[in-house]
Amino acid sequence: MYKLSGVTKTYQKGRSVVTALDGVDLVIEDGDWLAIQGPTGHGKTTLLQMLGGLDRPDSGVIEFNGQDLAQLRESQVTRVRAASIGFIFQTFNLIPTLTAAENVETALAPLGVGAERRRARAQEALAGVGLADRARHLPSELSGGQQQRVAIARALVKDPKVLLADEPTGNLDEGTRDEIIGLLEGLWRERGLTLVLVTHDSSIAGRAQRIGTMRRGRLSIRQDSPAARAPD
Amino acid sequence: MFLTYLRRELRRRMRQAVFICLGLALGIGLVITVTAASSGMKSAQQKVLQNLYGVGTSATVTKAPTFGSFAGGPGRRFTFRPGSTVRIDQLTADRTLGSLSQSAVTTISRLRGVAAAAGALSASNVDTTFKIPTFSGGFGGGGSGGSGGSGGFRGPGRFSPGNSVSVSGVDLSSGSGQALGPLSNGTLTSGRTLRAADSGSDVAVVSSGYARSAKLKVGSDVTLGGTKFRVVGIVFDSASSAAPDVYIPLARAQALSGMTGKVNEIYVSAASSASVASVKKEIQNAVPGVTVTTSADLASEVTGSVSTASSLANSLGRWLAVAVLVAAFLLASLLTMAAVSRRVREFGTLKALGWRTRRVLGQVLGESVTLGLIGGAAGIGLGYAGAKIVSSVAGPLTASLGPTTGSATPGGARVFGGGFPGGGPGGAGGTGGTGGTGAFFRRAAAAAPHTTVHLAAPVSGNVILLAVALAVAGGLIAGLLGGWRAARLRPAAALARIA
Repeated sequence: MYKLSGVTKTYQKGRSVVTALDGVDLVIEDGDWLAIQGPTGHGKTTLLQMLGGLDRPDSGVIEFNGQDLAQLRESQVTRVRAASIGFIFQTFNLIPTLTAAENVETALAPLGVGAERRRARAQEALAGVGLADRARHLPSELSGGQQQRVAIARALVKDPKVLLADEPTGNLDEGTRDEIIGLLEGLWRERGLTLVLVTHDSSIAGRAQRIGTMRRGRLSIRQDSPAARAPD
Repeated sequence: MFLTYLRRELRRRMRQAVFICLGLALGIGLVITVTAASSGMKSAQQKVLQNLYGVGTSATVTKAPTFGSFAGGPGRRFTFRPGSTVRIDQLTADRTLGSLSQSAVTTISRLRGVAAAAGALSASNVDTTFKIPTFSGGFGGGGSGGSGGSGGFRGPGRFSPGNSVSVSGVDLSSGSGQALGPLSNGTLTSGRTLRAADSGSDVAVVSSGYARSAKLKVGSDVTLGGTKFRVVGIVFDSASSAAPDVYIPLARAQALSGMTGKVNEIYVSAASSASVASVKKEIQNAVPGVTVTTSADLASEVTGSVSTASSLANSLGRWLAVAVLVAAFLLASLLTMAAVSRRVREFGTLKALGWRTRRVLGQVLGESVTLGLIGGAAGIGLGYAGAKIVSSVAGPLTASLGPTTGSATPGGARVFGGGFPGGGPGGAGGTGGTGGTGAFFRRAAAAAPHTTVHLAAPVSGNVILLAVALAVAGGLIAGLLGGWRAARLRPAAALARIA
């Protein structure tokens, strides 16, 4: 699925230059579940953004299904994101003026799916995360856990090849956190997704197949976690 | 999705949306009102000019009088006997206009760009009487030592100011005379107008104002130059005091004023309004020495409240409208920018989901153009209301032509000139000298002919289109200024922004 070679990214912060990624090499196979841990500000989110084509590296290669995302035009990367990559954010990032179903539909809009088909698939996706009865609710009318479920439905409605989750349980209480991780795990198993999950929670990381640690822009992969179970 | 998102977003920032719409409505409404008022002013000025020389006339051709031409036309011999009463009933061509050969009308009518040309003779008829006082006694006695008698005029003479009637000789030969010139401006209220068959007849059409003051009706007689003319029609000449009192066939006016084969005004109709300037040049080349006056030339001489209001609408009004519109666009842009900057993270999310930059920008533009259209619709309503208020609140406006600028401007020239009959009383039994053909005691009008028009401020289709265009432009500008930068941010940068 992914092959990263020598990926480097720096940012200007005031007068100093911060190296967010420092020559990162990484291979992610189809169907992998990789958890990336590390202290805040050491490049976890930046790595995820590189995997999702949300930003470009200063140097290096980010191969995704044979295409170097770093070399593609912005419009091409957008097309890849639209069709193949699902995102889940820590703060849910739902559109506040759209209902749960409409938020899910926003992921299908760039794919040119007709309105009726879009509505049907959104309804299906919400049902898949147990929120069929909340389809017409606005985000402000949903709990944190429900909002994250909607976000998961939005990420999955287009049947992506890979799901990138940036601290998906960061804003949730413990009970809800387990619920969400359980849901993600279940979906990973059912659909054979490739899942890359950024977290600073070791208990969540421990559930993944592999655990990577980011420290000062460098990635080190631990051996496969014994707690991880391979997908069927 | 597009419309749903748009609707929900505008509802979310309703207060801001209302401000933007109000601002645009005010700016656009003001533009419509000022444009309508300006258009009304132009029509009012056009009406003024039409009153002067008629509907359909693009230009008039005149000639400045040459020195010594005031004595043109045959003089009349008057016999002054003491105690006698002298009556002068004379039709005299306008002395402030030089004469033109009637063949110039034909020459002009054949020029490129000329649809029609008609000659006319502007004249006035003076009807006055005065009594010569008696003279008694003789001259001083002869002989030596004799004393002279006491001679001298005795008894009062009497001088009656008489009537001065403005007359227009209308060319009936080609039919153009009725279509051009002041007669074309009149609305027939009774009887009939002059016809080609009337060319050599002593018939007249009179203005309603003159008919009222002279107690004339169809079938009455009016005497001009000692000849009785039968009134065959009465025309209403609007509020203009520049229209002649009496219209008679050109040939008769020429004969009575001693101007056979001559005219002193030529009315020209151009084939199109765009060709007026070139027609003017052609006439000046074909008939040297003439003055060609077009609407554009006269427009600059129009004075009075029409002119003042027109300047006000054009300068102050326009600038005010533009300033308010620019302010409205700025307000809309600033408010849109503020709204968009709060949604940067939202846009980053959409881009992360696969929305392209132009789709995101399209969403922002859609919202701002919608506000622009709503503001535009409200502005059209405000503009209509403003125009209606202008039409109903504006009182009648007056307009005059300024004093002649030295060119023989028709209408303006009519009230100038004058003179006294030439020749003086001779001695007893003497004969007065040949009188000049002066005309005096012009119609008691204001120093310059003036007319009253009522201002209407019409809102035309073009103005509505302009309003819609402004509304869309306002929305686009606001959306582009507000959304362009935000929409183009890399998703990572957008997502990093704190809401």
